[in-house]
Amino acid sequence: MTETNLLPPKFEAWFASRGWSPRAHQLALLEHGLAGRSVLLIAPTGAGKTLAGFLPSLVDLAARPKWKPGTRRRGVHTLYISPLKALAVDIERNLETPVGGIGLDIAIETRTGDTSASRRQRQKLIPPDILLTTPEQLALLLAGRDAETFFEDLKTVVLDELHALVTSKRGDLLALGLSRLRAIAPGIRTVGLSATVAEPDELRAWLMSQAPGEPLSLSEVVTVAGGARPDIRIFEADDSIPWAGHSARYAYKGLLEEIDRRRMTLIFVNTRSQAEMVFSELWRLNDANLPIALHHGSLDVGQRRKVEAAMADGRLRAVVATSTLDLGIDWGDVDLVIHIGAPKGASRLAQRVGRANHRMDEPSTALLVPANRFEVLECQAALDANYIGAQDTPPIRDGALDVLAQHVLGRAVAGPFRADDFYAEVASAYSYRHLDRERFDRVVDLVATGGYALRAYERYAKIKLTADGTWRLTHPRFAQAYRLNVGTIIESPMLKVRLGGKARGRGPVMGGRLLGEVEEYFCEQMKVGDTFLFAGEVLRFEGMRETEVIVSRARSSDPRIPVYAGGKFPLSTFLAAGVRKMLSDPSSWGKLPAPVRDWLELQRDHSLLPRPDELLVETFPHRGRYFLVLYPFEGRLAHQTLGMLLTRRLERFGQKPLGFIATDYVIGVWCAADVGGAFARGEPTLSRLLEPDMLGDDLEAWMAESYLLKRMFKSCAMIAGLVEKNAIGSQKTGRQVTVSTDLIYDVLREHQPDHILLEAAWADASSGLLDLGRLSDMLSRINGRIVHKRLDRISPLAVPIMLEIGGERVAGEADEDVLRQAADEIIREAMA
Amino acid sequence: MTALTERQGDDDVLTAGGLVNLNGAAVRFDASGVLHWPEERLLVVADLHFEKGSSHGVRGRFVPPYDTRATLRALAEAIGRLRPERVIALGDSFHDGDAERRLAPADLEALTALVGSVDWTWVAGNHDPSPPAGLGGRPVAEIVIGPLVFRHEPRPGRSAGEVAGHLHPAAKVGRARSVRRRAFVCDGSRCLLPAFGAYTGGLNVMDAAFKGLFERSRLIAWMLSDGRVYPVRSAEFLPD
Repeated sequence: MTETNLLPPKFEAWFASRGWSPRAHQLALLEHGLAGRSVLLIAPTGAGKTLAGFLPSLVDLAARPKWKPGTRRRGVHTLYISPLKALAVDIERNLETPVGGIGLDIAIETRTGDTSASRRQRQKLIPPDILLTTPEQLALLLAGRDAETFFEDLKTVVLDELHALVTSKRGDLLALGLSRLRAIAPGIRTVGLSATVAEPDELRAWLMSQAPGEPLSLSEVVTVAGGARPDIRIFEADDSIPWAGHSARYAYKGLLEEIDRRRMTLIFVNTRSQAEMVFSELWRLNDANLPIALHHGSLDVGQRRKVEAAMADGRLRAVVATSTLDLGIDWGDVDLVIHIGAPKGASRLAQRVGRANHRMDEPSTALLVPANRFEVLECQAALDANYIGAQDTPPIRDGALDVLAQHVLGRAVAGPFRADDFYAEVASAYSYRHLDRERFDRVVDLVATGGYALRAYERYAKIKLTADGTWRLTHPRFAQAYRLNVGTIIESPMLKVRLGGKARGRGPVMGGRLLGEVEEYFCEQMKVGDTFLFAGEVLRFEGMRETEVIVSRARSSDPRIPVYAGGKFPLSTFLAAGVRKMLSDPSSWGKLPAPVRDWLELQRDHSLLPRPDELLVETFPHRGRYFLVLYPFEGRLAHQTLGMLLTRRLERFGQKPLGFIATDYVIGVWCAADVGGAFARGEPTLSRLLEPDMLGDDLEAWMAESYLLKRMFKSCAMIAGLVEKNAIGSQKTGRQVTVSTDLIYDVLREHQPDHILLEAAWADASSGLLDLGRLSDMLSRINGRIVHKRLDRISPLAVPIMLEIGGERVAGEADEDVLRQAADEIIREAMA
Repeated sequence: MTALTERQGDDDVLTAGGLVNLNGAAVRFDASGVLHWPEERLLVVADLHFEKGSSHGVRGRFVPPYDTRATLRALAEAIGRLRPERVIALGDSFHDGDAERRLAPADLEALTALVGSVDWTWVAGNHDPSPPAGLGGRPVAEIVIGPLVFRHEPRPGRSAGEVAGHLHPAAKVGRARSVRRRAFVCDGSRCLLPAFGAYTGGLNVMDAAFKGLFERSRLIAWMLSDGRVYPVRSAEFLPD
């Protein structure tokens, strides 16, 4: 078959009428589609991915005879799933152009959390040909009693932004949904749309049904080479680059000039609070009153829609945004992307830079703005990576057990099931291919009665094995609870921030306007009089009133509580390697700004620069304390874990550690004992201190008392339905969950330490917040390659971490310190 | 911190023996959460809430059904260590009227043995107005011993010598970071005990429910943490 006769004349005419011809990859996808093959399309932004994904469906639907009244309603033909509901809405708009232009009679509808109940009902009675939705909505559809008729005619599932979905618990939910769809409509094919990824074979396997014990089955793959090479620069200021911090304040004046020279600029930052800060700082300097807007997840939906509309109409000159704008939404005429702070990963950078110039054949223009010196190195490494086309995405881990528990309940809500069939179905999903039957049965037991050795809840089971060999839901109220609690995103409870008066007498004065929302945990640590930055103002904390935080305007312009809690994403392994290589290779320093170059040269003269495979450890005294600074460059999470373990071990070796701080690049520990001298005497040796065995008993002991596992356990318990995120008729805040998950955790750990949810929490912690895999790789990499430099004062490379110190204290002891300080000493002594 | 005597003339917080002076009785606030009155060989425990976990289980929220044995184990430890002759359970010992029937056989056995090992008094609470039969122990509405009266729910206003539970007191303190813990709250005249049950939460002592119960200037929260007791003055308290 030649390319041209694949495409029906109507379609060809439409392409021709627009002066276009179909692109090679669009025809390749059409060919795979018409042959019924699943396929992964890897293409940069602007390559016409969406049309390519839908083209086979449009051609198939165009050839389908018209539905005749009186005959059976046809189910959905093509299902499109995206991680963002905004993306679904956006795609609906984009599809209207070809569908209308070609003159196709195809019903396209979205179904998201915002879709009205009446419209949902109508969609079930009269399914659209193409349905655009999210993983959570798919789970809800599959749990409906009519799921089988709704999906029995399904031909194609299009999965957008697949690379972003598959590495999260939402990806697990989707993988399970997909296995369910395959059971209902065995002939379906999948189409994955993805940005460039490191391991395309993982995604190809993810798209297919897998048989246990057999070689992985892979989908077809179509790869579109990158467009024009992006033009990325690192921002250069006349001022010196700060040693530490995350504000990048030094750059704002220059950035405004850049914005003024462009039509439309997107400014990306890594966190919500950073977006706030950048936005307010830019406006403070914005004498020309350039229309600059703010877009992040905590803003009111209406507010966000307004910003998006204004962008599409070209009424804005710049938007400060977080990852809410990260994915493939087409925002019109962006001609510059500014990235403030380090990008943390080359793939993330490529994705964000792709936002500029949404046409593949024109080069994107981007400006990286490092906020401190280490970020300069990281930005340069990212830039090198982009030029050589390297990519980094986290590997796909095994599917989470709490998500499986949710899916099991959803399956029972849809109707009775046989465990054998259902196990085979679940294990056919790529993410669950390693799931053994014993674990599966334990998850079913968890759903049925909580999975306890003490069989206390048999009489109250949610699902029961009946005489005909099927598992059935025991009461319809569990179906209702399932619908209210579906999903894997456990949000930190949010509190409204309201402007009020100064605290007088018993509490704050009420009654001002609403400024927005902050995470509950942020307020937990505040006391009356503390000042912080929010909505572009310095505010004074006056107190709490139910779910509201009452604030007043502060006189000082200097917030006392820093809002910036570090980057949300840790430095990628790949960029970390780039930074280490750059440090060790002076010939590459020519690309760096002069202050940074000078800084590295000073370090070489005063201390030393480690080779890429070495770990540099410096020790020096400072203001009566002894410091230990390590430079692993393994990302904040792995460093945090290492810091916790290190302080435990130093304690045991009698070095009296007082605290530590971890950044993406460095760990700093301070001790009351001369830790450098101890290493010099070999009491202990550094290699003894950093032995890989610290991931054994020390880790176990620390985890047992750590707050971290409790946090993980809480979200696992909610996702698995052990405690309810939403109870009927009320949205409870985290604190009001009837029995605190912390207490549950303590009791469960003592009485049934092998419970499946504790296993799930441990898996989450070690792959997520602890980054154990990475830490363990690092410990074996540096084994025997640790260089100790004993100095009499701070080294140049240690200056940034010394400026950030004052944060963390030694784990465990910190709480007792707080109590000791608050306690009445006299009474305590008298009691003793 | 200023010496207590200089500050407010309440040098009677502690007795000569290092015990807490509660309306003339010399008691100890034990780190486990029980009140110990050595002179009377008496141990008092509040709000055990046995089978709180399974009360959720019947509604399909399968929280671990081990709270009763965790609570029993902690209580047995305190009794074994302090060796009282009498124990007063200060009400809400059972989470609901059905709790006794939900007890696992092993827990029932352990509880019965514990009750039988001492002179046991069940004070009635709002969750358990009539304590379960067949476990032993003596049910009472309230009980007076010397200068102290033991009842479940504190009376409104000042009430000298009252020892009660019901409110599940907790206190929060700290500066840069805060810590919240269960606590005995006591102004020298009245004392409220922390809830002892493994699944019982705490109510901040700054909450309106505590209003008017204490002489604020003499109020101390004896915060429980990690096997220790920290006496904290009311000036240090933070609201939630």
